Amino acid sequence: MRHLLSAADLDRPTAIQVLDTAAQMAATQAREIKKLPTLRGKTVVNLFFEDSTRTRISFETAAKRLSADVINFAAKGSSVSKGESLKDTAQTLQAMGADAVVIRHPASGAPHSLAYCGWVDTSVINAGDGTHQHPTQALLDAFTIRRHLSPGGVRRVGADGDQGVGGGLDGLRVAIIGDILHSRVARSNVQLLSMLGAEVTLVGPPTLVPIGVEAWPCRTSYDLDGVLATGPDAVMMLRVQRERMGAGGGGFFPSPAEYMHFYGLDARRIARLPEHSIVMHPGPMNRGLEISADAADSPRSVIVEQVANGVAVRMAVLYLVLAGVPTGGAVPAAGSADAKGAAR
Amino acid sequence: MSYLLRGVSPLGGAPTDLLLAKGVIVAVGAEATAAAGERGVTVVDGSGLVALPGLVDLHTHLREPGREDAETIESGTLAAALGGFTAVHAMANTTPVADTAGVVEQVWRLGRAAGWADVFPVGAVSVSLAGEQLAELGAMASSAARVRVFSDDGRCVHDPVLMRRALEYVKAFDGVVAQHAQEPRLTAGAQMHEGIVSAEVGLQGWPAVAEEAIIARDVLLVAHVRSRLHVQHVSTAGGVEIIRWAKSRGINVTAEATPHHLLLTDELARTYDPVYKVNPPLRTQEDVDAVRDGLADGTIDIVATDHAPHPREDKDCEWAAAAFGMTGLETALSIVQQVMVDTGRMTWADVARVLSVTPARIGRLEQHGRPLAVGEPANVTLVDGAARWTVDPDRLATGSRNTPFGGRELPGRVVATFLRGKPTVLGGAPAREAGMHA
Repeated sequence: MRHLLSAADLDRPTAIQVLDTAAQMAATQAREIKKLPTLRGKTVVNLFFEDSTRTRISFETAAKRLSADVINFAAKGSSVSKGESLKDTAQTLQAMGADAVVIRHPASGAPHSLAYCGWVDTSVINAGDGTHQHPTQALLDAFTIRRHLSPGGVRRVGADGDQGVGGGLDGLRVAIIGDILHSRVARSNVQLLSMLGAEVTLVGPPTLVPIGVEAWPCRTSYDLDGVLATGPDAVMMLRVQRERMGAGGGGFFPSPAEYMHFYGLDARRIARLPEHSIVMHPGPMNRGLEISADAADSPRSVIVEQVANGVAVRMAVLYLVLAGVPTGGAVPAAGSADAKGAAR
Repeated sequence: MSYLLRGVSPLGGAPTDLLLAKGVIVAVGAEATAAAGERGVTVVDGSGLVALPGLVDLHTHLREPGREDAETIESGTLAAALGGFTAVHAMANTTPVADTAGVVEQVWRLGRAAGWADVFPVGAVSVSLAGEQLAELGAMASSAARVRVFSDDGRCVHDPVLMRRALEYVKAFDGVVAQHAQEPRLTAGAQMHEGIVSAEVGLQGWPAVAEEAIIARDVLLVAHVRSRLHVQHVSTAGGVEIIRWAKSRGINVTAEATPHHLLLTDELARTYDPVYKVNPPLRTQEDVDAVRDGLADGTIDIVATDHAPHPREDKDCEWAAAAFGMTGLETALSIVQQVMVDTGRMTWADVARVLSVTPARIGRLEQHGRPLAVGEPANVTLVDGAARWTVDPDRLATGSRNTPFGGRELPGRVVATFLRGKPTVLGGAPAREAGMHA
């Protein structure tokens, strides 16, 4: 794997390889000494054009656990705001010896440009671009779902034992609820989860569902209670940004109260879910808007575990990208120099 | 100096000879042939070449004054000549804006000085293109530049009252309002056509209805005030349908399509290459097909380039940060040949109509878009329809490289362009003396 720009870059064998590698990484994190020497001598740059403390820390932790050197570059002024251009920033970082760039950018496609415009020849890992993709989030979500639920929707007994290694998400039903229109998490998850065999249903007010969604490999509904009544195995709540209310045309929905009423996950709705269902959220949560405190803190919630799994999944991605490991059905990428580096 | 064009096919018809002298076509056929060997007559072998009246672009951005880093009137009109054009209409969104007689006269004079093609400035509809107050349309109309086409292009005249007033006001001097149909509220922050591709690539959508709603409003307005409306760069199937309806009702509206909207689709946005970022955006194949149908059946009257040069830094960046626009003067005729002529949908006479005769009529140009006949202005373009060439952005004459056709092989090459009897292009290359003769 040379780059990870989109969940669509992954075929099923590669995605499962990432999840299985993440399971191995997670196992090492239970040890007393968590650090592995795998990426010693490699330099990973976290290039963040948007504030995202949690994603940045997650990547930073993952890289450090693999002994890579980490440079954090918070580039607030993107070219959009007439600061240094993305191209110049990227070339500067490459000149300083970056082997991989982990990029978060408000413009959809910025990681794609970085990977394919010929500006730099480092590996590029997309840590969220505009309203396009956030592939490591989708991978950690898939990892979390697989860890808890076996195909068919049975809750795995004791998540420490069988973690679903080697398998997909076949037959699992996942509901993704909220602001689909602006969500890179939703886009990535629809592609990845459906490719792994899950049946995905998107739920949100029509104003927050994009025109063109009909081409996605999922179902769409405006009726949360109707979808919950079908007993989904996993329920993923998306963050709703409060500024969406003040945008042009009077906002995307009338009020927080109305949103919570129709699309919020609260104790009442949780009680109607099947026993084995899990509740997810990519964070950060707006408690009292898309999810109530009761729901967020319920025993079904795996939200805190998603954060821990994020580190394992990002370790796996960094390892597969930087160590030159042949992946899945994809072309074995990265140069021989990388492979040599991995042998150390 | 006279030029004898031997064996050319006027509008693709039977080969004949044309004799150009003193700025006019002085003889056609045997009478012209007889001039061969006379002193001062240069013979141009035109066998196999189609002769068209010099092309007229109703929609060009020459960027001067203000953005000479992207294009100058010199480089832009040279690109025009190489593309077969003898006249271009220079859009008003310069710095300063062409919203006064002073600015339009400056642009007009710079065009005369360059000499590669006649430059007809387009006047802004509103002061500073702000959409609030009418610019001095009458002063521009009566200036040396004789402005007849008015447009806030780049922005839509979205206020219906201002649009109504503009349509009414230009009646006094037989002007036309050329509308950039883009409802601004529906397109705030929009990056590309809203549909299946935008949903997937996560670029903010630009709905077709934002264009169609303005076209619908404006054809009703122009019917009401009995003026002249020209719809720029129609890009949607719905827009074509509304114009077809309006024409069937006898409403005085004309419309243009750009070469890129005749060929390219929103699928190209998947590359995130900003060279495909344009306003209005590239649409779906269904829209492209509708625009072609509209051009073939006359619903769309003309092809106009919307040549929009941008310096490299405005395109060598992430999509959202990039400028809208593509160059087009040097590729327009080839695209029209590929899409419409080589497919049998249009003849060369139709090409002359949509790229010369009708744009000249809409712009009220008296010396362009005329028949290739004795006594007519010697504005002539010779095209080798059998030639093929590959677009190399670095080798185009325009000051910018943002062509979306780089690397594509296209049919048709402009061999020669004559402006008032003098060559601006000969042998497919600039004829250097043109500037000096102007």
